[in-house]
This record gives sequence, structure tokens and C-alpha cells, in this order.
Amino acid sequence: MVLQTIWFFLWGLLWALFFMTDGFDFGIGTLYPFLGKTDQDKRIMINAIGPLWDGNEMWLITAGGVTFAAFPLVYAVMFSSLYSALMLILFALILRGVSFEFRGKVDNPVWRKVWDSCIFIGSFTPALLFGVAFANIFQGIPIDHNGIYHGTLFTLLNPYGLLGGVLFVLLFLVHGALWLSIRSTGELHERAVSAANKLWPILLMVAVVFLIASKFSTRLYDNYIAHPIFFSVILMTVLALLSVRFFISKKTFFKAWFASALTIVGATFFGVIGLYPTLFPSSLSPKYSLTAFNASSSPLTLKIMLIVVILFIPVIIGYQVWAYNLFKGKVTADDLAHEEAY
Amino acid sequence: MDVVLLSRLQFAAATMFHFLFVPFTLGLSFLVAYMETKYVKTGDETYLRMTKFWGKLFLINFALGVVTGITLEFQFGTNWSRYSAYVGDIFGSLLAIEATTSFFLESTLIGVWIFGWKKLSKKAHATVMWLVAVAATFSAVWILIANAWMQNPVGFTIREGRAELVDFAAVLFQKYAIFKFLHTVSAAYVLSAFFVMGVSAYHLLKKQNIDFFKRSFRIALVFGTIFSVIVVVVGDINGVIIAEKQPTKLAAMESLWETTTRAPVYLFALPDEENEKNSIEIGALPGMLSFLVFHDIDAEVRGLKAFPKDERPPVLITSFAFKGMVGLGFYFILATVLGWLKRDRLVDSPKYLKLMLLSIPLPYLACELGWVVAEVGRQPWIVYGLMRTSDAVSPIATSQVLISLIAFLAVYGLLGATGFYLIAQNARKGPEIQTGS
Ligand code: HDD
Ligand code: HEM
Ligand code: HEM
Repeated sequence: MVLQTIWFFLWGLLWALFFMTDGFDFGIGTLYPFLGKTDQDKRIMINAIGPLWDGNEMWLITAGGVTFAAFPLVYAVMFSSLYSALMLILFALILRGVSFEFRGKVDNPVWRKVWDSCIFIGSFTPALLFGVAFANIFQGIPIDHNGIYHGTLFTLLNPYGLLGGVLFVLLFLVHGALWLSIRSTGELHERAVSAANKLWPILLMVAVVFLIASKFSTRLYDNYIAHPIFFSVILMTVLALLSVRFFISKKTFFKAWFASALTIVGATFFGVIGLYPTLFPSSLSPKYSLTAFNASSSPLTLKIMLIVVILFIPVIIGYQVWAYNLFKGKVTADDLAHEEAY
Repeated sequence: MDVVLLSRLQFAAATMFHFLFVPFTLGLSFLVAYMETKYVKTGDETYLRMTKFWGKLFLINFALGVVTGITLEFQFGTNWSRYSAYVGDIFGSLLAIEATTSFFLESTLIGVWIFGWKKLSKKAHATVMWLVAVAATFSAVWILIANAWMQNPVGFTIREGRAELVDFAAVLFQKYAIFKFLHTVSAAYVLSAFFVMGVSAYHLLKKQNIDFFKRSFRIALVFGTIFSVIVVVVGDINGVIIAEKQPTKLAAMESLWETTTRAPVYLFALPDEENEKNSIEIGALPGMLSFLVFHDIDAEVRGLKAFPKDERPPVLITSFAFKGMVGLGFYFILATVLGWLKRDRLVDSPKYLKLMLLSIPLPYLACELGWVVAEVGRQPWIVYGLMRTSDAVSPIATSQVLISLIAFLAVYGLLGATGFYLIAQNARKGPEIQTGS
């Protein structure tokens, strides 16, 4: 019981960390065609995330791996029932990854244009679809007692699902604009700040609509009503979102980015707490829902994995913080002149 | 076309594509780390240029390895969900451990290596590459333990229709996993050594940057010779283990139909699966197979007919892939030995250089063939003796898999071509004339 509950929240934490880290990569990739006016701007944008995106994406692979290890049945049903959506995400991630590496390798405008589009598609698609997928999970997925999915890709594109998608895209756009504000100078910096400023009110609005819609489309609030103390998580998330605005106006962009990171973690946990102990609810009947208790691995596996995670996650966070620290300054012309730069 | 067949094709395409890039990463990371360390120790700029030149090829390859790996991690769930539910307890945890302990380090540090030339001391920068190499090796350790478990499941019990872990140490330290690891990384080192030798040969043929490429060739030659021998020796041990654990695969590898003592190895045999015999057999070496796998020429080896028809793997593919791999294995030893004979007059041995240039694709081929032996030879099981591939597939629509398979082939085809072009182009261009320190 305890072990499964710990794993449930660790599972949530890994997804939250993924959205918090790779989220700004997605954001910058989506802003890329709009803010990158010159080739120089574009290169600064990719190099602003260049050293970090692969490490960030690892949180996704780990979240997937941990789902497989701790809740095999969830991994099986979740990934097969969301097959088409997931394939789209995977192809997008493939395109994004190679684009960074390939774009600068041939000096030809057509070549660069192709990879420029791939960077946009490869960043926007996952941002949107992860939102759609998670909103659908909050809402419940039509799976039967055998875990067989009764729907298509378009079943997922319902109003609440799409609202979740829009919310994620906006969260990541603001997050990305802030990271770019930290790492750029001059006009590009101004454009990034102004993008964050303009997007923030829209994000706030969509977030509020989402919170209200969740009342009608999901049963997430049941846990909150049973344990009102959890409302503090929602409150803190909203406060974090408000302080993003505050720090932007103070021009302390690192703090603004950090507040935005907290917002993303909070938003994820808003759903995770509401779901507990269900990981993958069935919209056909609650009996078919996969929970931390009916879908988990054996206690031995959970224990071994817990030891691994307790030993390694802090170490990972340690060296990732070190890497972030190395690369949080402005991207300079000197950096771009560098042979290996993207 | 059914879901099982399409999923198998998709999985085969995706993993085989991933394994075009992985061995190069495994080997070249160490070679680049070695070159950079040489530079730090001696201050010789040539080593810096070597680090940069081979490092650039390494990075293009690495990017493709990374993006193709992501799909694999999720394919167990998307396409083999029944399998995932059945083995998640053991197999899933190995994948998760791989991600937390190895991939994270590798992918965080590779970014630091690429962008950190000016931000770190020379020594720290070289250390980062060593760590990348070690992390890559460990990712191979974990994934191969997982694969070895599918080949020879141990340390589990069946409870409520699922395999549950009971003995983790048995899973980690089984013979199958250890030798699989040694064989696969040795193969990877052979591949990267041949790549470096081949590209060096190209430039030596053109008489460009002679000192630079003679040195590169020399480093790779040492590396390549050692591991060409090890890969064959360990491959032989693999055969012994397979004889014990997977008799159906062994029989298919050798296209042996009848159970016999003094079982032969055929230099060439064309299996006829319909009629359960070989339609052509050339060059039988009597007792050779018995000797190789049981160290006794009179030992009995079970033939395919000893097993029900529905428990036999495809014989033609398995045996041809195996023979191809073994043949290439001996060729690699020969090619490196020749290299030692010619080492001091490489530039004057254009024939040998041409041979080495043309040999670049061969270790790639050998690696792919090896996996075909391992994976096709395991059929019809997904977990040997426990679960059939046909029972493992996700309950999803055929059309979904068909579409994704076509998309995979298209996207991978394009990426493969682009990656190949970039690597070839950069390899041909040679090192930058001068590099700032
Ligand atoms: C340069 C590449 C290379 C070379 C020269 C060889 N191999 Fe190999 N072989 C591989 C690359 C490889 C591989 C790609 O790494 C495989 C696939 C799965 C594995 O464990 O390693 C493999 C698998 C593999 C298997 C199947 C393992 C399994 O089913 O789990 C056997 C029995 C052998 N090899 C045996 C040999 C022998 C007897 C060789 C002697 C000449 C040989 N290999 C040369
Ligand atoms: C990277 C090198 C690898 C290559 C080239 C490779 C190749 C293949 C091929 C050709 C098949 C299709 C076999 C068939 O259906 O007839 C296959 C199937 C499969 N392999 Fe591998 N494999 C590799 C590594 C692995 C590893 C490391 C694992 C597990 C950790 C694995 C797990 C599977 C699974 C689950 C299937 C699908 C089920 C099946 O067809 O049996 N493979 N692989
Ligand atoms: C079918 C099973 C496999 C899965 C699920 C898998 C998964 C992955 C993933 C997710 C990545 C990307 C990591 C990143 O983002 O940095 C990756 C890369 C890598 N994988 Fe695999 N992999 C498989 C087979 C193999 C095999 C058989 C080996 C080695 C023997 C291997 C060795 C590596 C290495 C060294 C990398 C680093 C980057 C590169 O490929 O160049 N993988 N793999």
C-alpha cells in the first residue's frame, strides 16, 4: 500500500520534471519561427537549449521506463490505447532531435528551411499532444475490462482534451520565452520578453477555464473535497503563475522562469493528486480503471526500483543543476562561432 | 497482413535502424576520449584535431542513435502491450534502471562536451568524454541484460499470469547476459575500428593529412585487432551457451534437421523447411558442431525434427545470417593481421587501403546479421519457452500499425540517407587545417 502510494507520486513527479525541463525546449521550438527573424536569432534560440535538451528529454524516457517498471499494466494499456497520439509525438521528437544537429551542417538556405520547419513541428506537436493526452487521462479513457481501447485518435480530440492541449502549449510558450529572455540579448531578448508578457494573460485565462472545466469534465476534485488541505497545491500553483508576471515586470527573468517551472510542476500535480490512486481511469466503468493498487509490479520490484531511484535521482538532479549552471549565461557570438555549436 | 506480422516488421525495422548507430557510439566514444586525453597529456595539437574530427562524426551519429532509441523505449508498450504487462516486473525495471543510471548521464554530459570547450578546463573536458563512454557502455549492459532475459528467462516465478521477480541477482549475473554483453561490445569496437581505419585509408589513398591519418589508423588498428579476436572467441562461447539454453536456435543456425552424434558443420547448406531437410549440403565437417558446442566430437546434438513444427524458428534466415556473421568474423581478423604486416608502409599499399575503405560497411552487416540470428532464431517465442510472440502483441487495429510502419520506413529512410550523407561528407572533408585551442 505505502510502496504503491510512494510510486504513484514518484510517477507524477517524473512527468512533472519532464514537463518542467523539456517544456521550455518545446516552447522555444514553437516560438522559433515567430521570434527568430534572422539566421543569427535562430541560431541563438537553438543554442540556448542546445546543451540541455537531450538531458531534458531523458525525463520522458525515465517517466516511460518507470511506468513500465512500477505499473506494467498501465504502461501496456496507456501506450497501446494512445497508440496514434504517441506515434505522432515520437515522430515529432525524432524530427526535433535531428534538426538541431543537422541544421547547421550544410550551408544552404533550403536545407536550413527544411530543418527550421521540423524544429517547429517537432516542438509544437508534443506540447499539444501531451496536453491532450493528459487531459484525456484526467477525464477517463474508453477502455474495457481487458484494457482494450474503444476509440480512435479523434476520440481524444474532444473539447476538454483540446483545452488541455492549449493549456500545455501556453505553459510551455511562456516557459520557453522566459528561458530565451535569460539567454539572449538585444532585440531578440526584447522580443522574448514581449512574447512572455503577451502570452501570460492568455495563459492565466486558459488556466482558469481549465480549472473550472475540470469540475464538469472530470472527477479530479473529489480528492480535494475529501481532503481540503490539497487545495493548497492549487493555490500555490496559482500564486506561482501570478508571480511569473511579477518577476517579469521586475526584469528578473531567472526568477520568472523558476516561478513558471513551479507552475508547471503544480499544474501536473493538480491532476496527479486528483487522480490518486488511479493512474489510468476508464470512462466506461470505474471498475476497469487501472490504479496504483491493481496495476503495480511485485513488492520486490518496487523496492529495488525505489532504491535505484532514491540513489540516482538526486545524483541526476545534481549534475543537471551543474550543467544548467554552466549554460545559463547569455549565448554570445563567440559561442556561435564555435565549430560544434548548432 | 496481421497485427503480429506488422508489429514484428516494425520492431525489426526500428531496432535494426537503432543498431546502425549504437555500436559506433559505443566504440568511438572511447577512441575520442583516448585522443583527447592524449592531447591533454602531450599538448600535441594533432591529437586535438583528431578529437575534433572524429568527434564531429561521432556527434552526427550520436544524434541519430538518440532519436531512434526513444521510439524503441515506447514500442514495448505501443506494440507489445501484452508482453509488457506480462514481463514488466523484470524487463521494465531493467529499462528503467538503464534510463536512470546510464542514459541520463550520457545525454546530459554529451551536451556539456559539445558546448563546454571553453567553459571547462582541458582535463575536465576530457573527463566528460570518458564519462560519456562509460555511460554508453552501461546502457548496453542494462539493455543486454534485458534482452538476455528474453532469451533465457531466470529469477522469476509465474503469479497471476505474469512473470514476477524473485531473484534479481540471477537476472543480472546470468551467463547469457555476460557473454551477450562481451560479444556485443566487442562487435561494436570492431565496427568503430573499421570505420576509423576505412576513413583513414581513404585519406591516405589521396595522400592527404598523412601524419594525422596514419596515427588515427594505428590507434584503430590496435583496437580493431584485439576485438576482432575477442568477438570471435566470445561468439564461440555464445554458441556453447545457446546449445544449452536454446537448442532450437542452435539447430536452425546450423540447419541441422536430424538428431545425431558427430553432428557436422556445413560450409554451405540450403534448408528446405517444407520437406524438413537441406536441399543442398556442401562441405560437411563431421563432428565439428558436436565439438564446438559440447567439446566432444561424439556428443549428440538435437536436430530441428526433435521439436514440434510450431516451435521452430525460420531456418533459412537464421542459418544464413549466422554463416554470414561467422564468415565476416574471420575476415576481420584477416584484415587486421594484414594491417600489421603493412603498418609501416601503408601509404604505399593502395590495394590494402582500398580494401579497408570498402570494408567499412562489413562490420555493420555483421552486427545486423548477429541480431537477426539472436532475434529471429528465438522465434516463435518472445520470451523463450514462456510466451509466444503471437500472444504478446497489442490489441490494436491493423491499420494503425500499418500506417505507423509506413511512416517509420519513410522517416527512417530519409533520416538514414541524410545521416549517411552528412557523415560521408564530413569524413571526406577531413580535419580542419587549424583549430584554436
Ligand atoms: C562485428 C560483428 C560480429 C562478428 C564478427 C561476430 N558476431 Fe556474433 N553477434 C554480433 C556481432 C558479431 C552481435 C550484433 O553483436 C550479436 C547480436 C546479439 C548479440 O548478443 O550479439 C551477435 C550474436 C551472436 C549469436 C546469437 C546470440 C543470441 O542468440 O543471443 C551467436 C551464437 C554468435 N553471435 C556467434 C558468433 C560467432 C561464433 C562468431 C564467429 C566468427 C561471431 N558471432 C562473430
Ligand atoms: C539493437 C539491436 C537489436 C536488433 C537489431 C534487433 C532485431 C530484432 C528483429 C530483427 C526482430 C524481429 C524478429 C522476428 O519477429 O522474427 C526483433 C524482435 C524483438 N526484439 Fe530485438 N533486436 C535488437 C535488440 C533488442 C533488445 C536489446 C531487446 C530487448 C531489450 C529486443 C527485444 C525485442 C522484442 C520485444 C521483439 C519483438 C518480438 C519478437 O518478434 O520476438 N531486441 N528484434
Ligand atoms: C530494443 C531495445 C533498446 C531500447 C529500448 C533502447 C533505448 C534507447 C534510448 C531511449 C536511447 C536514447 C537515449 C538518449 O536520449 O540519450 C538509446 C540510445 C542508445 N542506446 Fe539504445 N535501445 C535499445 C537497444 C540498444 C542496444 C542493443 C544497445 C547496445 C548494445 C543500445 C545502446 C545504446 C547507446 C550506446 C545509446 C546512446 C546513443 C546512441 O545510440 O548513439 N541500445 N537507446
